[in-house]
Amino acid sequence: MTENLPRAHRPLRVLAAMSGGVDSAVAAARAVEAGHDVTGVHLALSANPQSFRTGARGCCTIEDSRDARRAADVIGIPFYVWDLAERFREDVVEDFISEYEAGRTPNPCLRCNEKIKFAALLDKALALGFDAVCTGHYATVVLNEDGSRELHRASDMAKDQSYVLGVLDEKQLAHALFPLGDTLTTKDEIRAEAERRGLAVAKKPDSHDICFIADGDTQGFLANRLGKAEGDIVDEATGEKVGTHEGAFGFTIGQRKGLRIGHPAPDGKPRYVLDISPVNNTVTVGPVEALDVTALTAIRPRWCGAVAAAPGTYTAQLRAHGGETEVFAEVVDGELRVSFGEPVRGVAPGQAIVLYDGTRVVGSATIATTTRATAAV
Amino acid sequence: MAYLDHAATTPMLPEAAAAMTAQFAATGNASSLHAAGRRARRTVEEAREAFAEAIGARPSEVVFTAGGTEADNLAVKGLYWARRDADPARTRVIASPVEHHAVLDAVHWLAEHEGAQVEYLPVDRYGRVHAEAFREAVERNPDDVALATVMWANNEIGTVMPVRELAAIAREYGIPLHSDAVQAFGQLDVRFGDSGLAAMTVSGHKIGGPYGIGALLLGRDQSPVPVLHGGGQERHVRSGTLDVPAVAAFAVAAVLAAERREQFATEIGALRDELIAAVRGAVPDAVLGGDPDERLPANAHFSFPGCEGDSLLLLLDAQGIECSTGSACTAGVAQPSHVLLAAGTDPQLARGTLRFSLGHTSTKEDVAALAAAIGPAVERARTAGLS
Repeated sequence: MTENLPRAHRPLRVLAAMSGGVDSAVAAARAVEAGHDVTGVHLALSANPQSFRTGARGCCTIEDSRDARRAADVIGIPFYVWDLAERFREDVVEDFISEYEAGRTPNPCLRCNEKIKFAALLDKALALGFDAVCTGHYATVVLNEDGSRELHRASDMAKDQSYVLGVLDEKQLAHALFPLGDTLTTKDEIRAEAERRGLAVAKKPDSHDICFIADGDTQGFLANRLGKAEGDIVDEATGEKVGTHEGAFGFTIGQRKGLRIGHPAPDGKPRYVLDISPVNNTVTVGPVEALDVTALTAIRPRWCGAVAAAPGTYTAQLRAHGGETEVFAEVVDGELRVSFGEPVRGVAPGQAIVLYDGTRVVGSATIATTTRATAAV
Repeated sequence: MAYLDHAATTPMLPEAAAAMTAQFAATGNASSLHAAGRRARRTVEEAREAFAEAIGARPSEVVFTAGGTEADNLAVKGLYWARRDADPARTRVIASPVEHHAVLDAVHWLAEHEGAQVEYLPVDRYGRVHAEAFREAVERNPDDVALATVMWANNEIGTVMPVRELAAIAREYGIPLHSDAVQAFGQLDVRFGDSGLAAMTVSGHKIGGPYGIGALLLGRDQSPVPVLHGGGQERHVRSGTLDVPAVAAFAVAAVLAAERREQFATEIGALRDELIAAVRGAVPDAVLGGDPDERLPANAHFSFPGCEGDSLLLLLDAQGIECSTGSACTAGVAQPSHVLLAAGTDPQLARGTLRFSLGHTSTKEDVAALAAAIGPAVERARTAGLS
């Protein structure tokens, strides 16, 4: 037998994390409907909240906090705002900056789930007598007969967010509630459900961007924090300098836009970022084929089950909205080693690899190195 | 349900509610000249007279506003502008650092936009201003002081200021002293006429009157520059159609507050002392905030070492006990209280504070409910720690 809720046969004391968006509001409402004793909490993650959002959608504004409060009022649950700005700054924002500084491409949403929502928030919730933290993520927790838990992709693959939850371990899963996970509904239907429940956030636009970069300008944010440092853009094949940049940290492997290379490559084809070297502040570019990767190693593996994954064939997801790839994976000396059946393109160190067995999340790790199909130099 | 947050707002007195609803049925703009207007005007003026008597002022010294915040803004900004216009050298504003944000932020605004030099008075570890410090600040250069503002009693920690002493010093130098008496009215003797103050703020909903009404008691020799311009009501200092039902109800509440004050203060003080003893009994290391002697009779304020105030609030709320962390909110986020920081409280300790404030509906049962809940709540909040 499977269950979507941890020990759903009894009402739980649930702390619902409410961002001010439609998903977390509907999730909280569903938790109430399932008979749980729910308290809403909005996490204040910015030390200096902007009064109203400027440009891109964020999740740290006063307006979001008010939207969350209003949703809690309508649902009829107590609501509080908890200040986790300092923890968020230390564990997510500073990590984000130092990863970029080191030439990697971090995923702050995974980090936030691992360190904030299912660590700082969960720990505080448990200490205060709550049983579980509820969020509006699209993913499914399956309770096995032996009491162990599995994290699975959402029923609706198009909305699945199990990738950003792949960092959760057994203990974190045991206290996680994802009421939207088994919904085979479109986003429009979630909005319709919100409308039906009288939640004003029904019409609110989705958030896409990194919540702590309100204007969506990641490059500007990084330049502001790390300073500009002019460096060379070098063609890998010829070793020739083909342009300059204002800081290697601003680039991502596989990036094509924004290189501002004056003259085209000899073969006339576009060039992509192949490598970022913070040590000599150099960005290496080359043709698209040079992005093909046949293997990678990843560090800090975290397993959703109790034991580390056995060597074998899995499917892997390499970025938040990426597809699935078949891989062979094994753990050697605490490090995940992965080889691909078919070469994959645009694998960026710093991103997470999440391994799946069917729909089940096996675990995740942070990509450290890649082996390219055509090592040109 | 134990409501221990009367300093935030207190239930409306039935007599005030009756006076208000009676007025809802009547028509008339108090500035109109016809019969309906005259009836409204008469209601307002009778209320003004009753209100003035209750607070020891002349009717002409009562300026009705839309609440305490507006009255504070009118006093601070209006007096600053008027005094500086009369003599451009007067740009210094002397203020206590523990004022309510309605005063504090108005003072900040004057510093940022109007060239005010703000001088914050030192306070002792109970957040109390001392007359000698005020005298020293004034005498350094009496000619450059635009105004001074020191609250009568603190809204968070309940400390009572020596307002009459301060007012006497201000008068020696012809400096207007404003005092926010929103928390003090109904608990302390704040009669305006013999206070020596130039201006004093009170609010309706803190004394059992309605929301959305307050008053600035304003000495007849004071002419602050208006914040709201318009039809010239209220001595041309505060324009806007008078809210007749609210004025009538406010006056009823003020009269009752004044009549009942001494007995209320005695009884509520005894209940408050029980509350303090109960909290100390359950949590021996709880630290009482504010002056142990010179404090509002209905106020108790504690810091609980190792606790987050918002954790305590959540746990007590779940037990039906309603209180406040007593600190300011930005987007609902609790910040360490500026009052406690000014009083030199350790910032870590200042994160774990609760204010319990009693009022006219408080009972021994309320205190007993808190006594039963506070120990386990503190224990649990400590395991959650300071995140």
